[in-house]
Amino acid sequence: MNIAAILDSMDYGPAPESAGVAEAWLARHDQQFRLFIGGKWVKPSTGKSFATVNPASGKTLAQIALAGEGDVDAAVTAARKALPGWTRLGGHGRARVLYALARMVQRHARLLAVVETLDNGKPIRETRDIDLPLVARHFYHHAGWAQLRDAEFPGHRPLGVVGQIVPWNFPLLMLAWKVAPALAAGNTVVLKPAEDTSLSALLFAELAAEAGLPAGALNIVTGAGEVGETIVRHAGIDKIAFTGSTEVGRSIRAATAGSGKKLTLELGGKSPFIVFDDADLDAAVEGAVDSIWFNQGQVCCAGSRLLVHEGTAERLYVKLKTRMDTLRMGDPLDKCTDIGAVVSPRQRQRIESLVERGVAEGATLWRSETPPPGTGCYYPPTLLTGVSPAAEVAQVEIFGPVLAAMTFRTPEEAVTLANNSRYGLAACVWTENVNLALDVAPKLKAGTVWINCANQFDAACGFGGYRESGFGREGGREGMYEYLAPDLPAYAPPKPRALRLKAPPAAIDRTAKLHVGGKQARPDSGYSRLVPGGEVGEGNRKDIRNAVEAARKADAWTKATAHNRAQVLYYLAENLSARADEFVRRLCQVAGSSKAEAKREVETSLARLFTWGAWADKFDGQVHNPPLRGVALAMPEALGVIGAICPDDMPLLSFVSIWAPALAMGNRVVAVPSQRCPLPATDFYQVIDTSDVPPGALAIVTGERRGLAETLAAHGDVDAVWCLAGDAEAARRVEAASAADLKRSWVDHGRARDWRDPRQGEGTEFLRQATQVKNVWIPYGE
Amino acid sequence: MAKLQPVPSNDSDIARHPAVAGHGRNPGMALDLDWVDGLKVNRSAVERRVATLPGRRTVKKDWQAAWLVKAIQCIDLTTLSGDDTWERVRRLCAKARQPVRRDLLDAMGLGDRKIQVGAVCVYHEMVPTAVEALAGSGIPVAAVSTGFPAGLSPLGLRIKEIEASVAAGAAEIDIVISRRHALVGDWRALHDEVRAFRAACGPAHLKTILATGDLGTLRNVARASAVCMMAGADFIKTSTGKETVNATLPVSLTMLRMIRDYRERTGQRIGFKPAGGISAAKDVLNYQFLMCEELGRPWLEPELFRIGASSLLGDIERQLEHHVTGRYSAAHRHPLA
Repeated sequence: MNIAAILDSMDYGPAPESAGVAEAWLARHDQQFRLFIGGKWVKPSTGKSFATVNPASGKTLAQIALAGEGDVDAAVTAARKALPGWTRLGGHGRARVLYALARMVQRHARLLAVVETLDNGKPIRETRDIDLPLVARHFYHHAGWAQLRDAEFPGHRPLGVVGQIVPWNFPLLMLAWKVAPALAAGNTVVLKPAEDTSLSALLFAELAAEAGLPAGALNIVTGAGEVGETIVRHAGIDKIAFTGSTEVGRSIRAATAGSGKKLTLELGGKSPFIVFDDADLDAAVEGAVDSIWFNQGQVCCAGSRLLVHEGTAERLYVKLKTRMDTLRMGDPLDKCTDIGAVVSPRQRQRIESLVERGVAEGATLWRSETPPPGTGCYYPPTLLTGVSPAAEVAQVEIFGPVLAAMTFRTPEEAVTLANNSRYGLAACVWTENVNLALDVAPKLKAGTVWINCANQFDAACGFGGYRESGFGREGGREGMYEYLAPDLPAYAPPKPRALRLKAPPAAIDRTAKLHVGGKQARPDSGYSRLVPGGEVGEGNRKDIRNAVEAARKADAWTKATAHNRAQVLYYLAENLSARADEFVRRLCQVAGSSKAEAKREVETSLARLFTWGAWADKFDGQVHNPPLRGVALAMPEALGVIGAICPDDMPLLSFVSIWAPALAMGNRVVAVPSQRCPLPATDFYQVIDTSDVPPGALAIVTGERRGLAETLAAHGDVDAVWCLAGDAEAARRVEAASAADLKRSWVDHGRARDWRDPRQGEGTEFLRQATQVKNVWIPYGE
Repeated sequence: MAKLQPVPSNDSDIARHPAVAGHGRNPGMALDLDWVDGLKVNRSAVERRVATLPGRRTVKKDWQAAWLVKAIQCIDLTTLSGDDTWERVRRLCAKARQPVRRDLLDAMGLGDRKIQVGAVCVYHEMVPTAVEALAGSGIPVAAVSTGFPAGLSPLGLRIKEIEASVAAGAAEIDIVISRRHALVGDWRALHDEVRAFRAACGPAHLKTILATGDLGTLRNVARASAVCMMAGADFIKTSTGKETVNATLPVSLTMLRMIRDYRERTGQRIGFKPAGGISAAKDVLNYQFLMCEELGRPWLEPELFRIGASSLLGDIERQLEHHVTGRYSAAHRHPLA
């Protein structure tokens, strides 16, 4: 084509990014990669390798080593060996290394971007302008956390060796999200990239070693799911951090149950993209481009469900269709490409069949007229309108450039539809009305809410999900806590003293029932349980069901003001104080405490209620300043309904210590008190009843701990379970049962804590466990 | 949305004008205040779009050369200085006819193409000189008018000024709107005023300068754009070049989206002219990408796209020489205006 012809056609023409330097790097390795263990390239014990393919051309880029069990073992050993040296470096020493990694990423930004695009198929614009700057930013930010760790996280220690498994959609960015906080906190890492996209991790490891990352601090083992499984099950690993599908996340939760491994999961999503009638529709259309047509829609937080006001829908659809046609699909290395290749033929097949099912279920299909390139693995931008909430394409994660659209009538209906999902990763809200935006954002079940923007990320703003989108946060202060553990002293509770089970009969019989929905209720089983000092109801599954149902309805407690919640907690203390002598007598009678011990336990319980009353209106969240004109509000939100399993030790104090912080943050609690000594808890009913605790906010179900714990953990309408009962088996069952709906769990793995010690019995860890951070991004400007 | 009826036009002769060949005049329509009041512009989203655009589109090699030549064809080569003289304007007109060195055009295979700028833009006093200097070239003369740049002379005089420029041979009239109408939200007054200017233009093309740097908010830019188009503007133009802030990409995107809305409502294509502050070749490419992406291919042609600029041409010439020779060029290697 000559210039005269172009002058008539005004085409963009080719604008290829050169792959030369990247190809030279592949050639230096003879297109053959080993494992990166202990700072060296190591041959895999399997002797096997697999091909990594450029999805845009179908050509093999290199052979990648297939790690075996022995290799994972070697990597864990190398990481363990590197740990003392990495610890000795200190915060500042580690900060220097992380800073060097940030600089290294910037120095080699283009090479890393091109390698990523070759291996993954995403457009060079995205790797160059989005992924790589975010990667560098993440290491800078965490160099800062390394520097500040000792000052800002006192009483915490690193976890040790961390196993990390990252997906193929943002191979290098997800590596950064995992590796930077792990190293900053003082851990060492064994990382497995996704089998389709190993190259950028291998290149990163090579460059990081050159930049001064000590040998063994970061080890890369490559391979498919089995390698990940080996990591997950490896006894020498202290934490697993996983980003990927909900399905795999579920199996990791099940596999690690009871192992003592800490776990964070960043999983799938079906994020709503809500357009109100007063939105800037052109802005919303560009938002959709940045949301569902970003990275071919292979984004866990993609706004894949378009919810649009019914009266606005047609205009928005017209605008969307017009915009879709200007998206350019083609060679990912071309600088004018908007839509690259999907990662693999398997993935494309999945998208195709889901779209077919969507159409079969009644949706109207719109596809961009952009012609797909002749070869390679492409799927065009797609809009499905008239989708019903019941349709499969409205429910399941497609992980492709497919936007499923449906309409709503009122803001309330928009919120209901938005939350009608098992997922809860992100949401977009488009409106020019600040009242509407700030009203809707807290109501959405999502870890991130973007107001009038989409897919904004920053290392300072934690990212992570609600519900089956996983738990844990990456980025920011909350992300650092995921790689630290409170450094608590070992504590062994005293052996329970032998007690007479039956107490002498009271003048008038007192029968402790359960406490459900604000009143005492007979146990469904109709059985009683013999305990020291008397009998309590034998709670069962149905009692848990009833308690959870009442708790679910008691959302007035969550909506109550912080001041109001504080008042109730102080009032509980006031009324406990009025009955202090009664509780002292009870503890002496049923726990075998001396009078002095019992007095101290009651006094400490009172103080604890004051602590949580004090905190109720003080755990405020943060205002982040991400790099845009605007703010990101990090709001700690109540989880909802928490199941709380209490220990036998100090049956009043431990019981109060567990539910009070949960209530303080606005959760409703179903508490299972001490199995052996429940009477102090059942005596507490009257304190609850006289303290303005709304019905359902705090339920108490006595009975067999492990069974009740498991029922709570398996309950689909319970948002989290705390198992701090000093009972390893109960903890294991909670973790295992929670896999079904990936609810959050906080368990002690059988390690008891001394509830009298404020470091163990209270503290901000309880507040963090009682809340999840929602980041609301609010760009502004008129 | 109310069904909108275009206002009938009496300007049937305008279509014969060379500058608007194949492009019908905008008859305007009755003021639709519901549309004006309902306009939403999210500034952060607008800024994000324009900030990412240069990363999404680029042109290289022959394509870049062609796009830059196209940009030249869209330039309203402008001189609006107090020290303008007749000779100065004649020099400018000569440059307008031959904006790129002949040898460079030959090297690019464009020797047989008539490569000249979109128009020459001057004050009323210089219109006859420019018309004479451009005779036979087909290059229209545009006159800034209506008390440019402040627009605060008496309305009657402003209308007379338009009539005088048209009578003197100006084919395009760049009027300034009364910013005060936009700033206080008196859209009817603005509509009436522009309507009157439109009538005074007769066959000449009406370009309305919003002076966006004075309007304060993008929402005001959007509203003023809509009102001017409803009043019959053939082009909407960002700036006089005399405001503190002149053409910017966010302002331009806002105006382009209004042009798109207007077309959806009336079927009418309105042109766009950013003016002031576009002096580098790489900047003008971003404007072209914005036109192409937001409005489409027709808006890359001078019938619908003009760039008000004086020093831009020099930079494009240097880039074109670099394209031809592979060596970076210098200003003194290209003839002055």
